[in-house]
Amino acid sequence: MIAARDLRYRYPSGAMALDGLDLDVARGERVAVIGPNGAGKTTLMLHLNGLLHGTGELRVGGQDARTADLRARVGLVFQDPDDQLFMPSVLEDVAFGPLNLGATPDEALMRARAALAAVRMGELGSRAPHQLSLGQRRRVAVAGVLAMEPELLVLDEPSASLDPRTRRELLELLDGLGQTMLVVTHDLPFAAQLCERAVVLSAGRIVADGPCLDVLEDVELLAAHDLEMPAGFDPRALVERAGQLAA
Amino acid sequence: MSAHALHAVGVAGDPASPVHRLDPRAKLLGLTGVTVVAVSVPASAWPVLAACAGVLAAVAVAARVPARVLATRGAVVLPLLGLLALTLPFRPDDGAVALAAAKALTGTASAVLLGATTSFPDVLHALERLRAPALATTIAALMYRYLFVIAGEARRMRVALKARAYAPRSALQAGAIGRVAVALFLRSHDRGERVHLAMRSRGHAGSLPRLRTLALGRADVAFLAALALALLPLRVALGVAS
Repeated sequence: MIAARDLRYRYPSGAMALDGLDLDVARGERVAVIGPNGAGKTTLMLHLNGLLHGTGELRVGGQDARTADLRARVGLVFQDPDDQLFMPSVLEDVAFGPLNLGATPDEALMRARAALAAVRMGELGSRAPHQLSLGQRRRVAVAGVLAMEPELLVLDEPSASLDPRTRRELLELLDGLGQTMLVVTHDLPFAAQLCERAVVLSAGRIVADGPCLDVLEDVELLAAHDLEMPAGFDPRALVERAGQLAA
Repeated sequence: MSAHALHAVGVAGDPASPVHRLDPRAKLLGLTGVTVVAVSVPASAWPVLAACAGVLAAVAVAARVPARVLATRGAVVLPLLGLLALTLPFRPDDGAVALAAAKALTGTASAVLLGATTSFPDVLHALERLRAPALATTIAALMYRYLFVIAGEARRMRVALKARAYAPRSALQAGAIGRVAVALFLRSHDRGERVHLAMRSRGHAGSLPRLRTLALGRADVAFLAALALALLPLRVALGVAS
């Protein structure tokens, strides 16, 4: 689904955001991208949707990210839902993407309603975004990209600032989706519960890549890149418990 | 303006009323027409202004917009009327100030009624369909959406100032407010860039697509015809007489 080779990007200010990044993600995989602030996580995310173009090679869904129109194939969910929800009503916002992709108003309406139902927000379509709680706005932001029926879902800090219950509900919602997923997060327990694989991005390159639990249990690796699990948190126990509950 | 104040300027009255259900274009054209008729009358045409007031009162009653809403929202014109009143001692008593005040009140009442019976996004939709520049309506739509966000940020910053015991006792201590304003501006600028990225990521190509189309019906035509019949003959007759 994603194939990046020696991807490099320097901001106009001179800051090197991606410095020879290599990454492969297979279709259907869920990968957590973890790393310290300023590691290049958001820059990578913007490359995947064709919003930024660096040097090197980047293919998404088999297509060159420089030339292909990736807006329909890659859904970005931004960290602050207020950045993403700009239309006057929830329903219009969720229909924004399908309409831009050429759907008729009727088709867009149908897709928007289905996406809102998928995130359990079907009742709130007529509300204005500022009338929703943060958790509801984040769900609507997810619906806004689901309505575009993307193959790859890229989420930037999806659990940031959510209360525990809303965070759990979002986790359950994402867990039920079938898309390939790249989850950029500082919330390591969230990554452990949602993703089977984790990559550590530091100073613009991938410095570790492996099964999520293995990466999160490597205390020295995490410490070397300003990351740490919450005190006393055992990701393996949590995942086992989740598996037992699901069984 | 606080977020609470922003919430207080939305649709009021009975959302199911015949006026609320009219096509926003009919309300925009009709109520703007009332304002144009009012501001264009000559000094001797008080009956036209009385007719405008009657028409607006009828619309308010049909929309079940409470008088309290009209009064509180219409109060926005009071500073202007105050300025007009200040000129009274220096002018001959020819009725011009009273006429200007009556025109200002009529225009304000029309705008308040439009705002009380039509959501701001619907007004923008009507403007789009009436061929207003798409760039202007898009900017207005985004301004409306983000006023709430910026007002919330401004409120949190004000609380943060107070939490650190900021209570200016002289003008020299007011500099912090300027720095807060600068910080708010920079944050809003950054947000603007992020919103633009988010719009592009979902295929934005210049204009905001609409999910719903507007359709003028019989009720809309009847509304516009009723306004025209109530005002235009009187306006034309008295305008010619003067």
